[in-house]
Formats: sequence, C-alpha cells, structure tokens
Amino acid sequence: MRWGLARAAVLGGVLAAWAVVTYGNRALEIMNPVVLPTPGDVLAVAVEAVRDGSLPRHLATSMLRIVAGFGLAALAALGLGLLAGLCAPLRLALEPVIEFVRPIPPLAFLPMFLVWLGLGEASKVAFIGYTTFFPMFVAIAASVLRVDVMLLRAAASLGASRAALLRHVVLPAALPGIIVGLRLGFGLALFVIVGAEFMGADAGLGHLIMEGRTFFVPAQIVMGALLLGLLGSLVNALLLAAERRLLRGQAAA
Amino acid sequence: MGDPRISIRRLEHWFGAGEHRAPALAGIDLDVAEHEFLCLLGPSGCGKSTLLNIVAGFLRPTAGEVLVDGRPVSEPGADRGVVFQEYVLFPWLTVAGNVEFGPRLAGVPATERRQTVARCLDLVGLGAHAAKFPLQLSGGMKQRAAIARALANNPAIILMDEPFGALDAQTREVLQDELSRIQRLEHKTILFVTHSIREAVYLADRVVVMTSAPGRIKQVFEITLVGPRDRFAPEFTRYESEITRVVKEEVAKVHE
Repeated sequence: MRWGLARAAVLGGVLAAWAVVTYGNRALEIMNPVVLPTPGDVLAVAVEAVRDGSLPRHLATSMLRIVAGFGLAALAALGLGLLAGLCAPLRLALEPVIEFVRPIPPLAFLPMFLVWLGLGEASKVAFIGYTTFFPMFVAIAASVLRVDVMLLRAAASLGASRAALLRHVVLPAALPGIIVGLRLGFGLALFVIVGAEFMGADAGLGHLIMEGRTFFVPAQIVMGALLLGLLGSLVNALLLAAERRLLRGQAAA
Repeated sequence: MGDPRISIRRLEHWFGAGEHRAPALAGIDLDVAEHEFLCLLGPSGCGKSTLLNIVAGFLRPTAGEVLVDGRPVSEPGADRGVVFQEYVLFPWLTVAGNVEFGPRLAGVPATERRQTVARCLDLVGLGAHAAKFPLQLSGGMKQRAAIARALANNPAIILMDEPFGALDAQTREVLQDELSRIQRLEHKTILFVTHSIREAVYLADRVVVMTSAPGRIKQVFEITLVGPRDRFAPEFTRYESEITRVVKEEVAKVHE
C-alpha cells in the first residue's frame, strides 16, 4: 500500500502524456488528428458503442468464447496434468509431443481450425482451448511433480490412502502452481482471441478492432485494445485475490 | 514383557545399483518392546535414518524384514506415527488442521476430533496457537505441532528422526523435557534417531550404538535411571562418557 500513491501517479502520468501528445497534435496540426485519437475521442466512441448496444454484444461474445475455450482447456489440463505429474511413464511418453508442439506459435494453426470447424463459435472456442491447454498442462504437471515427497510420507504415516494423498496433499500442495498455470492460460486466451476474431468473425472485441481499421476509426481500435487490457488486469486481479484467499497462511507462490 | 512391538530381522539395505551399489545396513537384528523408548545412536551416515525409514515403510529393505506386532511392514501406516527433523507440517493447514489430519482421514466425528486436537495441543503446550499457520511458528513450535499431529492419531509406535536436530540448544532441552513428560503419560513405543549422546541418555530406556557404514549394531546400553532425569547427576554423566567412548571409536573409523 506504501506504493499505492506512486503507482497511481505513474498511471496518471501515462494518461496525461497520452492527452498532452494527442491534444497537442490536434492544436498544432502536426499529423492528421484522426490517426492520433485523444482520450476524449476514445471515450466518445465507447459511449456511442455502449448506447447502440454493439460494445456489450462484442464484449459478451468474446468473453463467452474465452470462458468456454479456456474452461475446457483448464479442465483437461488439470486432469491430464495431475495424471502426468503422478505417473512418470505417461509423462515421459507425452514429453516429446508436448515439447514439439509447444514452441509452435498457436496462431500458425488458426487457419487449420477455420478449415476444420468453419467460421462459427466452434473454431474460436477450440482454438482458444488448443492455445491455452499446453502451457497450463505443463505448469500443472510441473507443480504436481514438485510436491515434496516428505509431505506425502507424513500423510501416508498418518493413514492416508492413495486417493486421500491425491485429494488432501497433492492438490493443496500443487495449488499455488495450478493457479499460476491458470493465470498464464487466461492471459494467453486474451492474447489469441483477438487474432482468432480478426479472421472471419462477425462479433467480438477482435472484430471490433478490425472494424475500426476497415472503416478507418482509429479511436475504435484504441478503445478495443484498452478494453482488452482492462479485462486482462481485472481477471488477473480476481485470480490473485482467489489465490491469496486459498493460500492464506502460506508464502506467496 | 511379552512379544516385542517391533521386530527387526536380519535387515540389510543397499543404496544405488551396479558398481555404485553401497551397503547402508548390514544385518540388523533388534527387538523393541512395548512402551520402550529406544534411541539409535551413531556417526552420520551409519544408516540409522535408513533403518527408521524402513520401519516407517518409506523404504523397502534389500533383505530381511521388519515385523510390527508380528506382521511384516510393507508400507507406511497409521499404526506408526512419524516425526521428522524438518517438521513437515502441511503449510496450507492451521496448527489445528494439521493435528486433525489423521483423525479426519480415519473418519472420527467432528466433536471427538475437536476434543482430540485440544487435548494434544495442550499436551505439547500449543493450546493458544491452534489457529496459526506453520509459517507463523518458530522451529520449536513447529516441532511441538508435529508431535501433537503424531499423537492425535493415537499410534502405538512413534518413529522420530532426529526431531530436535534443527533446534537451538535451549529449545532442544525444553523439548526433550516435554517429550520425556509426554512419554510418562502416553506410554508409546518410541524409536528415536539422534546423534546426540546426551539426548539419548536423557530420553532412552535403551541406547543402541551403531557402527559406521555399513550400519551394524555395535553395542546396546540399558539406561536404568528412573523418573525425570538429571543431566548433571553422576550416574548420568557416567553413561554419557561410557557411550561417548564407544561412539568415538566409530567416528574415528570414518576419518581413517
């Protein structure tokens, strides 16, 4: 909290710099003011988009795709990550595939998803799921693998069965790593949804941004980008709060 | 005295494989009687912790067997509570949650569980710290919590692996006092690993001195002092110097 003031000042400074540059540009007419939207321009576009209902629609569409794709991937990553973390043969068998697929930029496969699943919701949801699965799976499997064997011994000598070890030791001990994995996955979902919606979508924040380009409304592009930033920080803050609540008493991960 | 609670038969253990194979334990035969407090003493690397880990069921011996109440040990179980040197409390649970862990797994009803937790925490003097998390405790308090957690499960046997080894000298003696008091109340069968001769003489009914690697039993000392012991009594120091002499021979071998 000691840094609250300094942080607010820096954030305010950045906004002020944006205002000075854009309003200054408008006053001095250095560049066409349309390509350097002022905070006021962006706000005006946002208010208009809320009024005509397009912004809520785009936002809801993107959110739904993210929630579905990320949610499915998170469930799969949790199940398979736990399994791989506990079972060395499975981990070793999966490793070459994972290590090969992981460095491929997910966007490289986006056209494939459009070819397979068309332009509808399915391709976006599947693409977000595909993108977010690998890093979440790797993070979760690693955090399960890192669970201190001494904790397992302690629990076993208190009478824990294999199932009880999983539920009462492995899961809580791996939880910090699991949450880090989920945060990573969600960040990535936000990252790639825009790309997915650039290509063949009729709604969503990515589509909104692309529309800004097509109809030459740079203020709309900036608004879409800022909205994504806002959304990302909001969800990250929520996950951090959940983490603090779940891990009260423990050192931060 | 009846049948031994723990019976260790021709136990051998090797670490590693192939040409790196090295013996850790070479033929251990040892009985621990019911309610007995037995200390395993020896130079570091003599395999005393390995022996304890085998009795706990964490390790499978290369040869020989460990019987508890006549049944061979194959895995860890609630009949053998373990107290580790590094405490190994569950960091996501409060002190009370840690102590409650065993009874909760065993399906003990909540009210009874609360009574057990309160009783065990009082026994180790942690009654006022039930709601704290392990991270908020000092080393001595963590080990008290770990002892309470082992006691709450009411095992007949408690295995302690250098439990006070990481504590400062003062805390160490306080906890030795507490453990000796608890043992007079609870009458557990305790197998206690230490490299402190003083600690062994203070706590044990019998002290087993092991040889340097590979570990064998070198000599067994019956400590016939009764009741709370006085660390400065002449009999106490006599035991201490006698055992020191035997241990030193083994330590010297390590450095040859």
